[in-house]
Amino acid sequence: MSEAQNTILDIRNLDISFKTNAGVIHAIRGANIDLCKGETIAVVGESGSGKSVTMKAVMGLLDSNATVNSGEIIYNYVDASGKKQSVDLLKMPKKQLRQQINGQRIAMVFQDPMTSLDPTMTIGKQIMEGMFLHKNMSKEAARARAIELLELVGIPEAEKRFKNYPHQLSGGMRQRVVIAIALSADPDILICDEPTTALDVTIQARILELIMDIQKKMGLSVIYITHDLGVVAKVADYVLVMYAGKVVEIGNVNDIFYDPRHPYTWGLLSAMPDLDTDDDRLYSIPGSPPNLLHEPKGDAFAARNPFAMVIDEKAEPPMFEISRTHRAATWLLHPDAPKIEMPPELKARIKRAQKEAEKYL
Amino acid sequence: MTKYILKRIGMALLTLLIITFLLFLLVRIMPGNPFPSERMSADQIANKRAEMGLDDPIHIQFFRYLGGVLQGDFGKGTSLYNGAPIKTVLSTAISNSFRIGGMAILLGTFVGLVLGITAALHKGKFLDGFCTVFSILGVCVPSYVFLIFLQYTFSFRIPFFPYFFDPTRFAFSAVIPSVSLSLFTMSTIARFTRNEMVEVFDSDYVRLAEAKGMYGRELVTKHVLRNALIPIVTVLAPLVVDLLTGALVVEKIYGINGIGKLMVDAIAGEGIDYNYVLALGILYSALYIGIMLVVDLLYGVLDPRIRVTAKVREA
Repeated sequence: MSEAQNTILDIRNLDISFKTNAGVIHAIRGANIDLCKGETIAVVGESGSGKSVTMKAVMGLLDSNATVNSGEIIYNYVDASGKKQSVDLLKMPKKQLRQQINGQRIAMVFQDPMTSLDPTMTIGKQIMEGMFLHKNMSKEAARARAIELLELVGIPEAEKRFKNYPHQLSGGMRQRVVIAIALSADPDILICDEPTTALDVTIQARILELIMDIQKKMGLSVIYITHDLGVVAKVADYVLVMYAGKVVEIGNVNDIFYDPRHPYTWGLLSAMPDLDTDDDRLYSIPGSPPNLLHEPKGDAFAARNPFAMVIDEKAEPPMFEISRTHRAATWLLHPDAPKIEMPPELKARIKRAQKEAEKYL
Repeated sequence: MTKYILKRIGMALLTLLIITFLLFLLVRIMPGNPFPSERMSADQIANKRAEMGLDDPIHIQFFRYLGGVLQGDFGKGTSLYNGAPIKTVLSTAISNSFRIGGMAILLGTFVGLVLGITAALHKGKFLDGFCTVFSILGVCVPSYVFLIFLQYTFSFRIPFFPYFFDPTRFAFSAVIPSVSLSLFTMSTIARFTRNEMVEVFDSDYVRLAEAKGMYGRELVTKHVLRNALIPIVTVLAPLVVDLLTGALVVEKIYGINGIGKLMVDAIAGEGIDYNYVLALGILYSALYIGIMLVVDLLYGVLDPRIRVTAKVREA
């Protein structure tokens, strides 16, 4: 998001559709995301907004009924000889992608630790697999490294745990193992697909801290996919808000949390309860995301947007630049649009939050 | 682990004892006569009954029988084979049925696995459809229909294999019955393997393995097969028993002196041969119980979640 030279992953105009029995679902409609080295971005949005599909496209894990219609995913890296390389992951054959990229350069932490480990293999073996695949390590070296990784992710008695099967570990421990697996071949990019959704609240914070800690130690770039804005505020440098297969607002954490511009972001923030929420009912965005079987005309959010204008029904809004770091796709930002403020309740809440934050400065 | 196995074996033996008792009672309750009564006078029957101890109180009969069985003596037939010792007749039958059944199991399991894996790897394509149609046919059409078809084609039209079972050319004459018996197993295994593998392919842990950089053969052998095999073992077990104990109709049509044919003769002969029915009943039960025990122990080997350990599960 800052200098172009530092961009490690650049997703441009990604457009993906799925063939289903009901028809063709246009799930991703021109998403643009870029990630700089060492940075953390968070992709937020409701279920079905396309955040997971986008990341699956990066990993080459799309289901067989998916078609990539257009776009590119450019990955920039420095190869073994120190030369800068740039490849389009979408054009890579699967075999090559698995051999050269997956695990080794871009790794992923999945949502549900209860199901993402092979139940018939010891966790030690599962961690070592990545090293055998990409690093040609000897068995002893891999074993030592795996135990080191288990210690790094905070598993006590790593030596003993090495021989455990997944069912012998709790959910939080298993997610640590999944993280250790992701780190096993020293990747550049770590994609975390809702890494804490399936865990109980007390463990969530610890897993997030662990990922942040490792990120610092290993210089990783991290992409979080989440619908938990609490997670976003804690970990992210930049936030991308996705809606109906598109990025509708991008900004750094302060932009998104203190100065949101897209009515959808307003809705998301209002739907997040805080300690001072005194309303009887928790706010939720009215309606549900559009059915992408039938392509929405104009702005996809128009139907749920209390501030929608005539133009929203007719044409899709472009990205308007608000500041160097902050952009949003809503016609409300057009110079000719009437000036509309965010809902007063949200404004009051942001003020409270800002005051709260100042205490810690 | 040893303690667990010993406990399981003990349970198995106890189950078998109870089944033996129930079988013994049921055979005595069954209407009909143990002797070929049309050829015997009332006096002869009374003599025979007294000679075989059938007039004694039932518990005495049972313990006498049990004592014999424990020494490996299943008694003599009451109406079959002129009272030849059951042990001799049965061992020939077992040998025939087991060999033909064993071949059918090996063939069915091996080809079934190959078909199932092929179908799963080509999900939604022609090969998958072909295997599905084949499995449906194999499950729906009874084995004796295949037998008659094979007999007609390869013994009658093209006289290559013997028309009836010939113990002197065992391997050669076992081909047609083994193949026809294997088709049901083959189809069942193929269908199960395909479905299990497709399910495992969709699982999160295969996704994780792919994200690690695994693909192709390595992915299938290291992560998919083992997980897919666990449920297949469950289906295989009863199929094995069915095949080992011979197929009633197939053995009858092809003239094989096997367990299945013996069972039919023992019940549907001139008299109900008490001792054969009992011996065969015990044999069937023992096989079932034995195979289920093996399967349960095999689970532990295949699936670490079921493995019995002294270790306390820690959180």
